[in-house]
Amino acid sequence: MAEFLDYFRKERLPHIWCPGCGHGTVTGALVRAIDRLGLDKNNIVLVSGIGCSSRAVGYLDFDTLHTAHGRALAFATGIKHASPNLKVIVMTGDGDCTAIGGNHFIHAARRNIDITTIVMNNSIYGMTSGQYSPTTPHGMLATTAPYGNVEYDFDVCGLAKAAGASYVARATSYHVTLLIDLIEKALQNKGFSVVEALTQCPTYFGRKNKLGGAVETLNWIKDRTVNVKAAAALSPDKLEGKLLIGELYSGQRPEYTASYGEMTAKVQRTYNDYKGGNRGCELNSD
Amino acid sequence: MAETIKLMQGNEACTMGALAAGLQFYAGYPITPSTEIAEMCSEELPKGGGKFIQMEDEIGSIAACIGASLTGKKSMTATSGPGFSLMQECIGYASLCEIPVVIVNCQRMGPSTGMPTSPAQGDVMQARWGTHGDHSVIVLAPGNVKECFELTFKAFELSEKYRVPTFVLTDEVIGHMREKVVMPDPKSYKMPQRAQPSTPAGYKPFEADPDGGVPLMAPFGKGYRWHCTGLFHDETGGPTGKPAKADALLRRLDRKITKNIDEFTDYFAEGLEGCDVAVVSFGSSAMAALSAVRRARKEGKRVGMLRLKTLWPFPDAAVRKLTASAKKIIVPEMNLGQVALEVERVVHGSAEVVKLGKVNGELFHPDEVYAALKEAF
Repeated sequence: MAEFLDYFRKERLPHIWCPGCGHGTVTGALVRAIDRLGLDKNNIVLVSGIGCSSRAVGYLDFDTLHTAHGRALAFATGIKHASPNLKVIVMTGDGDCTAIGGNHFIHAARRNIDITTIVMNNSIYGMTSGQYSPTTPHGMLATTAPYGNVEYDFDVCGLAKAAGASYVARATSYHVTLLIDLIEKALQNKGFSVVEALTQCPTYFGRKNKLGGAVETLNWIKDRTVNVKAAAALSPDKLEGKLLIGELYSGQRPEYTASYGEMTAKVQRTYNDYKGGNRGCELNSD
Repeated sequence: MAETIKLMQGNEACTMGALAAGLQFYAGYPITPSTEIAEMCSEELPKGGGKFIQMEDEIGSIAACIGASLTGKKSMTATSGPGFSLMQECIGYASLCEIPVVIVNCQRMGPSTGMPTSPAQGDVMQARWGTHGDHSVIVLAPGNVKECFELTFKAFELSEKYRVPTFVLTDEVIGHMREKVVMPDPKSYKMPQRAQPSTPAGYKPFEADPDGGVPLMAPFGKGYRWHCTGLFHDETGGPTGKPAKADALLRRLDRKITKNIDEFTDYFAEGLEGCDVAVVSFGSSAMAALSAVRRARKEGKRVGMLRLKTLWPFPDAAVRKLTASAKKIIVPEMNLGQVALEVERVVHGSAEVVKLGKVNGELFHPDEVYAALKEAF
């Protein structure tokens, strides 16, 4: 492996995350997966929205785009569609991706556009100091759920799969080896890939729910999960309330930019004598 | 290929102007009365290797356009009132991050869903001040179909040159009206080009003359590996909370537009020399206004017409000049006096400003402006 820090903008460190936060672990996993695949740094664009997790891109040495809240996938769609040769990776959080950005999430999945999305799910709005999110479990506490969360949480992976994502996986900031493996596979999938990474927010989720410190919050996450392979041998009552980790779905569907490219090639064959103004194909080489 | 004569509608002319300027990317969401632009782009762009996408909403549309622009592609979206409202947050993003993008807003009656899809000109202030925070934009307002072509082309020139979101503010009448347009020879176009750095070595994405300079923009994917954020940032692109850096950034963004105001300012003028009464208008309202002005002039009245083709930055100098002779300035517009407010600000009491606002969803009739002129004399 190349020097780990070579993937970071060292002058931007230290990061803003709290002691014990899991986002750094997930960021490290992404970098290790990129390194394993030997991807060209200059060909990668990292896109994020707003929130604690979205600050990750600012520390990484790629072309990086820190966008508006919830809009990372819409910006990323424009980048990938305009320049399909680029490797586009989105780093987002549970609120950014499934609340304010939920619409873009399901439509990016529906298009199966070749974007790898890492959802850092800490079940809380950390940047605004602890409000409940679409992935806060029922009954858990948050500053806007002082009597326990009345709502029920999204299954982010189930949502992604149902909407059309062609690679869906889940790991946690505890299961780091698994997380790196899954991100590596996601990066290789030609289509919309989602890796949900459950991460601990000891400051606003763990403390509010009296889970203890960072280690206890991380263990709480670990204890909620069962590996998908192990789950096959377990009875339904053992799986009650558990989240499966591992590769949850992998399938082949036509990818958006490839389909658009095929359509374009067909149109251009039909209009091969097309002389529309002075814009030529050379302008749009990729 | 020489000049060609075509019968086309305003929306079509906007599209043709964009294509002539080298449009490579269009993301949009259907909304009347702008939809013809999306339809035409979906058909035309693939022929030249460009990209069209129908996004899930207008927020996604502008976001996708900004993303595409960051990879170096000329990008545009088109919409109308409700969609323009949804785009506001990302317009602020493009303004702060200095990302070229063109938006055609074919105005309709508002607020809200309003009266679909009757014409209106109620988005003048929103176009300037719609997103939160002080920010820079340029707004052009075609007064006929030919200008839809010309000003959309110009919007790309300005947006690319000054790295600023640029709007073409039309309305339902201008967008759907069909007129004869003499299309210039495509060989005569000087296609707008974005200034790019020559090497990644030492590249600072937001380094520019503090007095309104425009930084060089590297496309993503070319080895520059720069950071773009909607947080206040210093010249390296990294976020900053330093008051002096924030102040310098916002003032530079403002200055890069205000210092070049003469380059943006464009208007049509007739009979202003020595006029007693001036009419200031824009877009489709100005068609009726000009007709009324000419009728009054035939009757010997000293009336002049100033039709604004640039709405923002507001052409202060051109309006101020009116007060050399005009004692009254009539402002017909399909809103309750948005441009009139600016005229009042500029003339600052040295001429009476008559607000001729119309908000019933109907186009002005020349008789209405003529009646106001008669009353003025």
